[in-house]
Amino acid sequence: MPPSRFLFYFGADLRSIQSIFSTLKANWQSLWVIRGSLSHQAYWLLALAGFVLSITAWWLLSVSGWVEKVFMPGPLDVLSRTLAWFKDESLMGDIWISTYRVFAGFALSAILAIPLGVLIGTYQPMKAMFEPLMDFIRYMPAVAFIPLVMLWVGIEESSKIAIIFIGTFFQMVLMVAEDIRRVPMNQIEAAHTMGANKSEIVSLVIIQSAKPALLDTLRVTMGWAWTYLVVAELVAANSGLGYSILRAQRFMQTDKIFAGIILIGLIGLAIDQLFRLLHRKSFPWLYFKS
Amino acid sequence: MYSENNMTKISIVSAHKTFGNGADSVIALQDIHLDIANSEFVTFVGASGCGKSTLLRCIGGLESLSSGQILQDGAVINQPGVDRAMVFQNYSLYPWLSVIGNIKFSRRLKTGRENLSSADVEAASGRADCMLELMGLTHVRNSYPNQLSGGMQQRVAISRALMSRPQILLMDEPFGALDAQTREVMHDLILYVSKLEKTTIIFVTHDVEEAIYLGQRVVVMAPRPGRIDSIYKVDLPDKRDQEMKHSPQFLQQKREILTRIRETAGMHTDYELLERMTQQVQNQAL
Repeated sequence: MPPSRFLFYFGADLRSIQSIFSTLKANWQSLWVIRGSLSHQAYWLLALAGFVLSITAWWLLSVSGWVEKVFMPGPLDVLSRTLAWFKDESLMGDIWISTYRVFAGFALSAILAIPLGVLIGTYQPMKAMFEPLMDFIRYMPAVAFIPLVMLWVGIEESSKIAIIFIGTFFQMVLMVAEDIRRVPMNQIEAAHTMGANKSEIVSLVIIQSAKPALLDTLRVTMGWAWTYLVVAELVAANSGLGYSILRAQRFMQTDKIFAGIILIGLIGLAIDQLFRLLHRKSFPWLYFKS
Repeated sequence: MYSENNMTKISIVSAHKTFGNGADSVIALQDIHLDIANSEFVTFVGASGCGKSTLLRCIGGLESLSSGQILQDGAVINQPGVDRAMVFQNYSLYPWLSVIGNIKFSRRLKTGRENLSSADVEAASGRADCMLELMGLTHVRNSYPNQLSGGMQQRVAISRALMSRPQILLMDEPFGALDAQTREVMHDLILYVSKLEKTTIIFVTHDVEEAIYLGQRVVVMAPRPGRIDSIYKVDLPDKRDQEMKHSPQFLQQKREILTRIRETAGMHTDYELLERMTQQVQNQAL
């Protein structure tokens, strides 16, 4: 892009930002109504402002000299470290392998948790048999399972996937069961009076009705799967974002620790937004203004 | 009592229903006897806790009696059936299906199970279209339920219930959430449909005016324990219109039934007590 055009766009953007700001200022009182509304543009501008302010504060702290660089590297240090990671080390490879591990563990959880959760949420004996058990197991620390996982499934890829599975599965079962239980009884009874049998009620009413909530549950548990990545890559890994963070810790490369943490955050944010997009596309009836 | 009279559609014989057990048990229905004729429109009113909804759910087969029986054409009801459709107060439509999808839901169940001929499927589509036309829903055929007003949503629910030509339509306060004007429109609509389809309708409400306007008989139930208190034969011509609500017979019957419900519920306003309490509150405020 030629510089003149860049300046033109930049100027146009500045003006539109200015206009958003002046609207914000004019409607200041109405913005703070409890459960009020906000224009789409203003929403994104404020979201951006949240990021910009935090990064600026971080940058000021790092250049002020109050904190030593080794404890708190600045945003630019982290950026240059990230670029170096991309050029000289295998950043893309690390991202790829970590994403693979998270998705594999998460998919395994979902494949098993959704049917089990549907059964627990539908049939009382299943609830009695499994819900207290799941409640019990989900409080067990996933990290503590590492030695057992190494014994059971070895130190291959499967061990990392297993840790992420342990971290997400039990929570997911309980959340799916809760989503299923929230299906209004009237919807189920209406199907009964229209002559639906059990399997029809489960497949044509309960699951259909719970689908939007189930996708939200998947979105939330996907976030948890990413938080278990570092734990998973404690197990004999030699690649991955979590592994890189752990290794950087050993060499006091705080800038790389920051880079790894921020990258995981960004990937998580992107996946979260994709889930929300999928939600809007799949369940259009939820997004009509009534 | 039930007789082998083919005019009797539903026969309730010594129906008892108890919720819970031991000291916490509540008698929801006590010794209910009632015959409902074919194509009759019967309304149930009563103070809350009188068991009117429970009785309706038992007729629908959604709940079972503790003892006694409910018979449909002489056969014991023990589970829901396609010939006993039910309309709930709200939240029973399927928000992920369009209006036409909701109305054809029962048809979808059938096509999933049986090999229907194309003529059957076409006939069903024809009926669905007639339903839309009859209920004034043609223009919202492809809308989702949450794009419709409450009144329109209940039209969809009624159409869906009538789709499989049920012999009996069970309605549990179906218009309770609607505003007064919409409700009047719905009343005339359901009266028209009941004549057209010759459906036996059992209608539960807390609105006495609605009960009289719609019903050929009004059954007043009393709470604790839930039982039938009295049955009123409605004193109006078969063909109803809104003006009748101002007729002396209508008002007289409304007064009688309201008084009866008040007595059964043991509810009255103690004006002396209110007066004394008001005085106290005012004194405290000073």
